[in-house]
Amino acid sequence: MTRPAPSPAAAATRPIVDARGLWKRFGPLTVLKGVDLSVAERELVFIIGPSGSGKSTLLRCLNRLEEPDDGSIHVDGIELLSRATDINAARRRIGMVFQSFNLYPHMTARQNVMLALRKVLKQERAQAEEAAARALDRVGLAERMDHYPAQLSGGQQQRVAIARAIALEPRVMLFDEPTSALDPELVGGVLAVMRELRQDGMTMVVVSHEMAFAKAAADRVVFMADGEKLEEGPPAQIFGDPRHERTRAFIRQIDRH
Amino acid sequence: MEEFLFAFLNGDILREAWPILWQGFLYTLALSAITVPLGLAGGVILALLSTSGPRGIRLAAAAWTDLFRAIPPLVLLVFLYAGLPFAGIDVGAWGAVAIGFFLNTGAYYGEVLRAGIGSVPAGQMEAARSTGLTRGQALRHVILPQAVRNVLPDLVSNTLEVVKLTSIASVVALPELLFQARQAQNATYNATPIVAAAVAYFLLLWPLVRLISRLENKAMAGR
Ligand SMILES: Nc1ncnc2c1ncn2[C@@H]1O[C@H](COP(=O)(O)OP(=O)(O)OP(=O)(O)O)[C@@H](O)[C@H]1O
Ligand SMILES: [Mg+2]
Repeated sequence: MTRPAPSPAAAATRPIVDARGLWKRFGPLTVLKGVDLSVAERELVFIIGPSGSGKSTLLRCLNRLEEPDDGSIHVDGIELLSRATDINAARRRIGMVFQSFNLYPHMTARQNVMLALRKVLKQERAQAEEAAARALDRVGLAERMDHYPAQLSGGQQQRVAIARAIALEPRVMLFDEPTSALDPELVGGVLAVMRELRQDGMTMVVVSHEMAFAKAAADRVVFMADGEKLEEGPPAQIFGDPRHERTRAFIRQIDRH
Repeated sequence: MEEFLFAFLNGDILREAWPILWQGFLYTLALSAITVPLGLAGGVILALLSTSGPRGIRLAAAAWTDLFRAIPPLVLLVFLYAGLPFAGIDVGAWGAVAIGFFLNTGAYYGEVLRAGIGSVPAGQMEAARSTGLTRGQALRHVILPQAVRNVLPDLVSNTLEVVKLTSIASVVALPELLFQARQAQNATYNATPIVAAAVAYFLLLWPLVRLISRLENKAMAGR
């Protein structure tokens, strides 16, 4: 991928994602209670935590699919929550991959990838076709470009969804349980694509229960519970020597599976 | 038997009435060509407002839809044609038909399309927005095509009803098929023109009926 190399100084002083004091309420329910999250360039941050702890909500705030009630979010130096921000321009720098893929069922794989290239980046058809083909090739689906989602396996669909996001050359990719809806034998292919992305230097925030992947690929693991970030650190520390009792209980519980 | 043939399937009468029946048929085609697109346009607008507008607009669109589904189209048409002139507004026969069908048919198409939009999972809009598409672009390219596909049999059914409903244009003196058939019947004291009109409607609408069954079978098979 061609991307201007960031100056080391800028990378050191300015994280790609910098969320501070995020609060989010749904009616009487407070789902995020002042969460901070900062992600450096090329970093892979893994978020774990019990169901309902607010992991998805946090992720969805990071591209403003969910509107936080309070706090600030800078992505690549742009304040997402400011009124002056063109959210659509900002979002194309933030790729997102969903648990349920959310491919457009009436479009082929290539058309799925092309839509935003044409409508958001305003690329010519030929240029968009080529960029889409490249993105699909990157996720190992060059052969399946003209298939509709219904003609693809779950794993292939999720890889198309990844291609749809990376074709826009985002600065950061958000993954919300990308493999949870997949049959076990299809998980590996999606994780392999994510690992390659990481090797190519993509900044990533991943919510997932794939602990083996976290141990192998994450730079940092964040443990959330009840809308708060309880603990964070390198995978070896979080999985091997968690400080917080709730983290310990959570790790014990998932280790049993 | 002979009497029956004479009254209902009379070749001589048919030949005599043919020119004005044909003219009526053309009027019905023209009316359909105006009312269906107008109704669809009204329906798309209403469906978008009632699913994607701000809360106040959504409620207003829903109330509007209820109102124009509750007013009989014949009453609406007569009001537009014969009532409005009392307020100094004369929209003419074609104007009354255009406005009336836009309001009435639009409300029906709007209901169908609203259900279609509602049937598209929320994740579709989120995925589209996450790639930087505006709400409008997402509706246009992602949501509406799926919505239309999901309710296509209902849309075609509704279109069938709209074409049938064009016969009420006779009350504002537009000489469509039924109007002309009645004229011919009165002139000839014979029911053959009415039978001919029924056959013409059948030939016009039967392809749509077939289309609906095919779409419905396909939808069943798709499940
Ligand atoms: N749109 C919404 N309206 C109301 N409540 C919501 C909404 N979205 C999330 N919640 C609630 O907020 C809480 C946190 O949800 P969230 O999806 O962020 O949790 P999570 O950590 O991702 O859980 P899981 O592991 O089950 O995906 C839950 O109690 C959930 O029911
Ligand atoms: Mg979740």
